[in-house]
Amino acid sequence: MNQKATDKISSDVSRTEEQSSPSAIHGVIPENENVKIEVRDLNLFYGEKQALHGVNMDVSEKKVTAFIGPSGCGKSTLLRCFNRMNDLVDGVKLDGSICLSGQDIFAPTVDVAELRRQVGMVFQKPNPFPKSIYENVAYGLRLQGVNKKYILDERVEWALKSAAIWDEVKDRLDDNAMGLSGGQQQRLVIARAIAIKPEVLLLDEPASALDPISTLKIEELIYELKSDYTILIVTHNMQQAARVSDYTAFMYMGDLVEFGSTDRLFTNPTEKQTEDYITGRYG
Amino acid sequence: MSSTGHKKESSFSLWWKSGNPMVWVNAGAVSICLIMVFGLLGLIAARGGGHFWPKDILSVEYKTADGSVSRVIGEWIDTDVISRVRYEESTGETLPEEALQVERWMIKVGNRDQTGADFQWIPRFKVLKVDEPVHAVAVERTEWGTLFGELKSLSENGATVKTPEDLWAEFEARLDRTIGLRDAIHRLEKKDIGRVNYQLEKLRLKRRGLELDKQASPENLKEIAEKEAEQQQIYKVIQDKLAALYNQIERDSAQFEIVNAGKLKTVEIPLSVIVNAIKPNIMGVGEKLLEYFVNLYHFFVDDPREANTEGGIFPAIFGTIMMVLLMTVMVTPFGVIAAVYLREYATQGPMIRMIRIAVNNLAGVPSIVYGVFGLGFFVYFLGGNIDDLFFSAAKPAPTLGTPGIMWAALTLAIMTVPVVIVSTEEGLTRIPRSIREGSLALGATRFETLRKVILPMASPSIMTGVILAIARAAGEVAPLMLVGVVKLAPDLPMDGNFPFIHLERKFMHLGFHIYDVGFQSPNVEVARPLVYATSFLLVLVIIFLNLAVILMRNRLRERYRSMEN
Repeated sequence: MNQKATDKISSDVSRTEEQSSPSAIHGVIPENENVKIEVRDLNLFYGEKQALHGVNMDVSEKKVTAFIGPSGCGKSTLLRCFNRMNDLVDGVKLDGSICLSGQDIFAPTVDVAELRRQVGMVFQKPNPFPKSIYENVAYGLRLQGVNKKYILDERVEWALKSAAIWDEVKDRLDDNAMGLSGGQQQRLVIARAIAIKPEVLLLDEPASALDPISTLKIEELIYELKSDYTILIVTHNMQQAARVSDYTAFMYMGDLVEFGSTDRLFTNPTEKQTEDYITGRYG
Repeated sequence: MSSTGHKKESSFSLWWKSGNPMVWVNAGAVSICLIMVFGLLGLIAARGGGHFWPKDILSVEYKTADGSVSRVIGEWIDTDVISRVRYEESTGETLPEEALQVERWMIKVGNRDQTGADFQWIPRFKVLKVDEPVHAVAVERTEWGTLFGELKSLSENGATVKTPEDLWAEFEARLDRTIGLRDAIHRLEKKDIGRVNYQLEKLRLKRRGLELDKQASPENLKEIAEKEAEQQQIYKVIQDKLAALYNQIERDSAQFEIVNAGKLKTVEIPLSVIVNAIKPNIMGVGEKLLEYFVNLYHFFVDDPREANTEGGIFPAIFGTIMMVLLMTVMVTPFGVIAAVYLREYATQGPMIRMIRIAVNNLAGVPSIVYGVFGLGFFVYFLGGNIDDLFFSAAKPAPTLGTPGIMWAALTLAIMTVPVVIVSTEEGLTRIPRSIREGSLALGATRFETLRKVILPMASPSIMTGVILAIARAAGEVAPLMLVGVVKLAPDLPMDGNFPFIHLERKFMHLGFHIYDVGFQSPNVEVARPLVYATSFLLVLVIIFLNLAVILMRNRLRERYRSMEN
């Protein structure tokens, strides 16, 4: 059993290398779009266990890129590489490179806090701080030393409006954020993330803990936000990926199996595994 | 037969399974706890509180051993029953066979300066007549305890005052004047002379310091001498004022008729030693109630007198609260920082696990061990070295190298730090990872996350630790006896002399006060109600300190409530 699994992984590795090598991914992104992020030969290990196998991909600026795949395929792990959230986990090693606007984010000179200001993140479960709604949104700004009331007011209002929650909370900005519903909390967290005007927004299954109506609101929000931000979203839900994204990456057991424009990937997958997954034969 | 037996068993096992027995056991355990808590509080409150109620003065006529009739006046304190054998042994009398037990009255007769004892036991069966003399007076004095008697006359500068119509009113007016004078004297002696002495001592130390540093130039010395002369001048002015006041306060005295060994005797008492005088037998309930609260108030705010068996316990209350607050100020940051390191920064491994076990074990070390450690390390080693470095001018008298309130607070802080560490760690563990990640993802560093999100959220747990620490420290006596508590401290550790807080001073403590008054005082019977009252007050102080922190914690918890789930 074990032996088999190892065989499978090694065969996957060899296949991945030939398939998504830098040359192979050219052409996914059309000439008229800018490449915001380049991932090259990214390998990641949790201790002995390898979680990502030589991932290569480009992310287009101001587009939505979705990651789909079965549980444990490494899509969240990959997403957490973009703002180096994996640094916090003990025993993580990685090699390869991720370039944000041409700058390697793993370079020793990079200030991680600064990187995370450029690459915002929204997590699966809403995680507002137990502070007021206002203070939640102002948190990132205050960290940057912004303390002038009128600047904060203006930016908080802008962020809450951008996250389509302003109308619901404008009369109770001083209430504790923990009193909001799950969907509201998630939009608040998105407002918190965009308040510091990041360039890239990472969404880790942002709607998985929400009811259908809230999910719809989040999806609409993503659609709105894409004109200003490069968005990467991890989702379990293939319909959601199809609805919101411009590009889709299908991952399986740590490999990036197929990457292409969403329309193409869902209608005409080149890989058998991708086709099986999106047609619901496994996963 | 067997079927019914079987049925019974099954109904029992059904009853057992239903959980009812467990409910009963639980309810029983809780009830026993409540009964113990309220029983204890009730007992010490009743025993201690009763002491301040102005009791009626009885005049008791009784038969003495040789058959003659004698009389005492005083307060009834207690009735007890002893066996005939014990009675015969203690008095040398023989009683008829059928008397198995003897009931005795314990009468507080006071007048210790005359009779040598405060109490007298009178067997119930020898009592002939009991009445309440209308004019009996109970006089509380600054020395020799209470006096019971009747006011006969007043004198001024040795000459009898012409008896006015209302002798008692005249007496009270003169007593008020005397008490006012005494307060003024007390203020002068304590505050003004205290300040002069404090300044003189500082000047002396300054001169000595200059001499030690070989910088004692004539100009320096002259400056100090001038200042000293100035202080001496102030002192002389105060002395003169004091002398005048003493002259005035010794003007009046009162003659009381007391009962000594059954005979009437007149004694002269200067008004300057009288603290309070009442005529309880003609006081109404309202007056008595007022008197009760006045007594209680004096118990709270006065200094102790007569080897702590009389007067108030204010210095002890003050010392206890100040020591506990100092300890809290020391233990909280220390424990929180240690817990943050253990939980947030240190790599979890066998080493950290061992440290954690060691910390937990520290909580179980007997407190007297901490006292010994505090004396050896803080007082002698740390304090001694600090003295060598900074206070050499005061040598050979130690400044910090002697027990004091700072070392006591530090010793208790060391003793209670494990509690704070453990509960802070628990609070830190409970904060979900997603909250930390949320903060870091916004560009916060670990330290910013800790300061702005984690520590505020852990604050209710920190407060729980502080509550437990206070509860343990406030009731602790044994280690304090080694590192700073004394039975009578001349000065409070806080006063009007710069720098206002004197951490090197020794202090009084309610817990030690209970021990001292109850078991070390020359007059245990008189002091016993004070032991109860002080115990009750100690419990109240602890409850008050705990309540304050609990309220603070509940407010914090309310704020961060929703994170619990």
